[in-house]
Amino acid sequence: MPKAVSEPPAGEKLASSTTAEDAAVTLRAAAKAVQAELKQRSVGATGAGKSVLEATALMAADPMLIKGAVKLITTNGTSAERAIWESAASVAEMLHNLGGYMAERATDVLDVRARIVAELRGVPAPGIPASDEPFILVADDLAPADTATLNPAVVLALVTSGGGPQSHTAIIARALGLPAVVAAVGVESIADGSAVYVDGAAGSITLDPDADQVAAAEAWAANAATLAVFSGEGATADGHLVPLLANVGGAADAVKAAAAGAQGVGLLRTEFCFLDRDEEPTLDEQVTAYRGVFDAFPGKKVVVRTLDAGADKPLPFLTDASEPNPALGVRGYRTDFTSPGVLKRQLAAIATAAEGTEADVWVMAPMISTAEEAADFAAMCREAGLKTPGVMVEVPSAALTSETILGLVDFASLGTNDLTQYAMAADRQLGPLAALNTPWQPAVLKLIQLTVAGSVAEGNNKPVGVCGEAAADPALAVVLVGLGVNTLSMTARALAAVAAVLAKVTLPEAQRLAGIALAAPSALEARARVRAELPVLDELGL
Amino acid sequence: MSERTATIASRVGLHARPAAIFAEAVGALPVEVTIALEGDPADDAMDASSILSLMSLGAANGQVVVLRAEGDGADEALESLVKILETDLDAE
Repeated sequence: MPKAVSEPPAGEKLASSTTAEDAAVTLRAAAKAVQAELKQRSVGATGAGKSVLEATALMAADPMLIKGAVKLITTNGTSAERAIWESAASVAEMLHNLGGYMAERATDVLDVRARIVAELRGVPAPGIPASDEPFILVADDLAPADTATLNPAVVLALVTSGGGPQSHTAIIARALGLPAVVAAVGVESIADGSAVYVDGAAGSITLDPDADQVAAAEAWAANAATLAVFSGEGATADGHLVPLLANVGGAADAVKAAAAGAQGVGLLRTEFCFLDRDEEPTLDEQVTAYRGVFDAFPGKKVVVRTLDAGADKPLPFLTDASEPNPALGVRGYRTDFTSPGVLKRQLAAIATAAEGTEADVWVMAPMISTAEEAADFAAMCREAGLKTPGVMVEVPSAALTSETILGLVDFASLGTNDLTQYAMAADRQLGPLAALNTPWQPAVLKLIQLTVAGSVAEGNNKPVGVCGEAAADPALAVVLVGLGVNTLSMTARALAAVAAVLAKVTLPEAQRLAGIALAAPSALEARARVRAELPVLDELGL
Repeated sequence: MSERTATIASRVGLHARPAAIFAEAVGALPVEVTIALEGDPADDAMDASSILSLMSLGAANGQVVVLRAEGDGADEALESLVKILETDLDAE
């Protein structure tokens, strides 16, 4: 994937050999070329993607955009690249200020700008390359926005030089069922068009694959198809039930998850209702959105996570992007301190939505750090008429005080992605720290064990589930069950693989493997030793 | 100068898809067309072939806009554009 287009230096002027007229002509030609390319791509696209491509194609040669840039060239002697950069910046700002739907188009303008600048520089257009042939994508890292254009029918695997096991790339890969290797230092030097063999489970990339590796890749593709079906009841070989639920972000996800056999929703990320907006959604909007999810799981459990804004999920009306340490800032439940009322209204909406459906609705707050917060949240839930309040355990303090906390709420759900980040003091998105950011870290496993121990000590069998990426890793899922975790919630795509592996071990075996993992001297050792005892992983190519 | 008014029929106003269809149609015409919200000064009228201008105009469903053009074929051109605006393009 080409590197992101860099900003032309501020104040850059025309080269001495270029006249303003020449620059204007070059700019118009570049804009027309970008327009033609986008139009061509729109022909092959369908639905919403097609409309967006058609609209952005028009934007590329839009009179307002181009005239603005040409004016800068002729009156200020600005270079073509800098002129289009600035003109697009003002157009984007204008759209952003209009709010709502128009504000969302501001990013389209910036995307068009990057393409025009790339064209002027004679470098490949940014973004995921279009291709008729299936290919393996190699990039520095992938952003959440890239998921929209990533077509799993064409992209076979993901390899990034940055990121870590819990970065967006890993999450996208799991969601799409693609093999992936992240934090692979040096892959930027692989030449475009080289043949590579990627083994996501082993974490290896091999250049010039031999016949055996080609055969292995084909075998995996065949197996992946059979693994797509989950019978609908998670359990170990000796019949110990482990409900397998899905992590979803809206009604469409929920419907797919139900079709994939999920036994419920272990994590409903409610941000989908709030992102990209300038103001809070109305009660009615929220009720409709949540009901769409509840209706997909009549008679089943749906765990709703209240608004988790902040850090990598900023919300302009709720969080402060100028915080020095967003991951340690006002995020999740804490936004209730600085913007009281939003959470209360969300709980009212959840309660109203729950009344109209047959789902068993549970509610949990993210980023709970103290028993006092847990008590306050439980009180708010009761006031709203919600019967089953719980907390996410992602801040280490909550894991360490889980006995007290579980005395105040009905359940806990471990958010292993952030729990790992905080326990290991390692930013999830930094490649150099990738080795620290794996839930296989013995310290993280220990915190999970302590959370379960707290529930046992509390004495009421209150369930402890895992809804982080850890649950989607079949080998780690076995360890979690062995540690006493009651339910696992994951991307719907991972259900069949996790179920298949759990079905091959008894509970005592899972407990033994959990012990092995906890006693291991490192994350790598923990993973290797557990995997060595699960031959089913190789059989299924996991 | 020829002038026509039109009421925006597209359900969610003159946004991406309807705006794109309209802007392309304007681009194909032999005359230059401007567009403004009814009541706004003619001087502030925007280039109707610019999708970005159309989006910034923010014409909502039910709002009335004024189209202006001059030269040969201006009347016919404006008639065809009024037809487009008064069709619910979201319904297609």
